[in-house]
Order: sequence, then structure tokens, then C-alpha cells
Amino acid sequence: MPSKEKGGMDHITSTGASPDSTAALLRELVAHLRQNRTQLREEWARRITEAQLLVAMTKEEIFAEATSVYDNYVEVLETGSVEALQAYARNLSERIIPRGVETHEVLGIVLLLRDVLARSLFKKYQADFALLNRVLDAYEPAANRIANTVGVSFVQERERTIRQQQEAIRELSTPVLQVRERLLILPIIGVIDSQRARQLTEQLLRGIRTNRAKVVVMDITGVPSVDSTVANHLVLTVAAARLLGATVIMTGVSAEIAQTLVTIGVDLGKMNTVGDLQGGIEEAERLLGYKVISTEGGAAAQVTTQA
Amino acid sequence: MQVPILKQRDYLIASIQAALTDADLLELRDELMKQVGKFRSRGVIIDVTVLDVMDSFAVRTLRSIAHMMKLRGADTVIVGIQPEVAFAMVQLGLTLTGVETALDLEEGLAFLDDQRLKERQVKGAPKRGE
Repeated sequence: MPSKEKGGMDHITSTGASPDSTAALLRELVAHLRQNRTQLREEWARRITEAQLLVAMTKEEIFAEATSVYDNYVEVLETGSVEALQAYARNLSERIIPRGVETHEVLGIVLLLRDVLARSLFKKYQADFALLNRVLDAYEPAANRIANTVGVSFVQERERTIRQQQEAIRELSTPVLQVRERLLILPIIGVIDSQRARQLTEQLLRGIRTNRAKVVVMDITGVPSVDSTVANHLVLTVAAARLLGATVIMTGVSAEIAQTLVTIGVDLGKMNTVGDLQGGIEEAERLLGYKVISTEGGAAAQVTTQA
Repeated sequence: MQVPILKQRDYLIASIQAALTDADLLELRDELMKQVGKFRSRGVIIDVTVLDVMDSFAVRTLRSIAHMMKLRGADTVIVGIQPEVAFAMVQLGLTLTGVETALDLEEGLAFLDDQRLKERQVKGAPKRGE
């Protein structure tokens, strides 16, 4: 055991460096970075442009952001607390995500800064290898932690944005609207995947219950195509609605969807389909016993008299 | 658990209060058969609002009640199937073909009234012609 310990000590002073000396080195490091701020910052901005990162931003913007990242970076090295940097990184991500900045670019610039600073340290301490080693021992963990923090903040912010958008799409995707007493319409637009189909069924059945609907017009004009699983699901939804005492009229079935429905062998006797949404609503009104009459003063009547 | 059967005008209303065993279901069927003859009822409503599960036996029994009622001259309406139950049923292929369904008791009664009105109109039509 003792010999092993001794071996560890022999192997450069690095790992055995006392906390005091690490702190002292970091202080020295910070002083160095502050002193060479202008030059290092410019070097960094130049290398960002060279590597063709952040192409969505102008040169001035890159320089401005580089300045604040640099200052934050030095501050983290000095204080050892990443909270301020984390907040800044999140704020930065919020600003640059909508402009299409990618994860690899953000990681790229942080790693570039790390390299630029490391190079400057090499240059400064090239005469004394042992000291350089100790400086790097103090510098590297802090630098890695910073890169990590910035990267994670960016990805988190990005995920948050994606989640928000998914939520928004989900809420928008299947409105159940009441057009008349006991008559609902359910316009479906866009591709239906199995998750959306499930949600659609749930909302429709709940809508029938809360609105006490007798007839539902399901309009699928805006659906380009469906696979057989989803088509089957739609058929099941129609059957389930019947069990709640509601009739479903399907409208706007495209040629492609019609083919899918026939291929999976739907019992057409149970399906109530009408060509378009207008026809569907008219049929629903007939089923409910409504009769729509145009009044004499109405716009429609005026059009007919003019014609 | 016995199912209370209420007589309301020409109709019988069986309002299920808790989950039923297979034996309970058969008892319900027999009791309804007995009472429909006794009261000369023209319609039967079975309220399944409280059921959050419907297995194949329950569905088959309800279907057979409806068909037997038809033979005895009464219409049957199943009311109050929960949305989740409805979807589970169709997924399992348990459909109530040939059986009327309605949202709730009120709808069920409205349906039966409607049905009676239609019957009367059909029967009354030739008389008016005379």
C-alpha cells in the first residue's frame, strides 16, 4: 500500500495538487484571460467564422455573443459556480433556436473557445512543463464543466420548445364543434397516426356525451391517406359512437381512403357516407328533423332574384 | 345483486346499480321476461351507466334479451354505455347488432315514444283513407 501511494505521488504533482494551489492557479489563469481578453476573443470569433459555425448570425452578432460568453466563461473559472452561465445559456438558446442554430454549432463554439484558451496557456507556460501541467489540471475540469453546462442547457431548451409545440399541435388537432343542437362536426386535417386516431376517438366520444349529440359529421377532406390500422380505427370509432346512441356521417372520403376502406373489407351497410361536408350537414339536418329555409331578405335570396 | 325493474307507463326500466355476475344477468333476463308479459309492456330500457366493464357474456345476454323482447312485442334500448366501454366493446368485436342504443335514460324514452308514434301512424293510415 505505501509503495503504491508513493508511486502516485511520484507521477507528477498533478493529482496530488492541494486545493489551495489549484485555487491560486485558477486565479492566475483568470488574470491571464482578463488581460488578453480582446485578443483571445477576436481569435475565437475568427475561428468560429472559419469553421463556418453560426452561419445564421451576422459577424457583429457573433462577436457580441462571443464577448458575453467569454466573460461568463471567465467568471465561471473564477467563481466555480455555473448558475449564472446556465441562465445565460438558456437565454441565449431561447434567442438562437428560432433562428435555426443547431446543437453541433453550439457545442462546436464552446469547444473552440476551450481550444483557443488552452492554446494561449500552452504559449504562456511553454517554458515550464510542470507548471503547464498543473495549470491544465486546474483548467480542464472547469472548462469541461462549462462545455457540458452550455450543451445541456441548449438541448434542454430545445426539448422544451419541441414539447411546447407538440402540445400546441395536439390541442389544435381535433376540434369537436357543435353546429346545431345535437349536431357535432369533427373536421380532421392532416395525417392521422395511431396516437392521433386514439385521441380523436376519445374526444369524439366525450363530445357526444357532453353535447348530448345525436348526429356527428366526420369530415376527412383534409386527410391525404390512411393506413389500414387507422382506417380500422375510424370504423371502430363509428361503431362505438353508435353504442352511445349517435349516428356518424362520414364525408369527404377521398378515392384513396375509399380504396383502403374497401380493401380492409368494411361492412358498408354500417357506414353512413356522404360526398362532401355540405351534403353531410344536410343529411344530418334531415335525420334530426331540421329544415333550412332561406328568408326573402337574405343574401342568398337576393342572389337568386338577381340571377 | 338484484336489478330493480321499474314500470313506467308502457315501458319497463331496468336500472343496473352495480357490477353484475353472470348469474345476475340471467336472473335479470328471466325477471324481465316475466314482467313484460305481466304488464304487457311495449318497450324495455336497460340502463348500464354504472358498468365500467362489459364482457362478452354481458353483451350476448343483452343481445338475447333484446331479441327475445322483440318476439314478445317489445322494443329494447340499451342506454348509458360509457365512452371507454363503447370503444373497448368494438375493439373486442362485441357489437350489439340489431339492438338499439341511446345516450341516457331520457334519450331511450324519447326513442321508444318515437317508435310508438310511428307504429300508430302506420296502423292508423288505412283508417284515415276509408
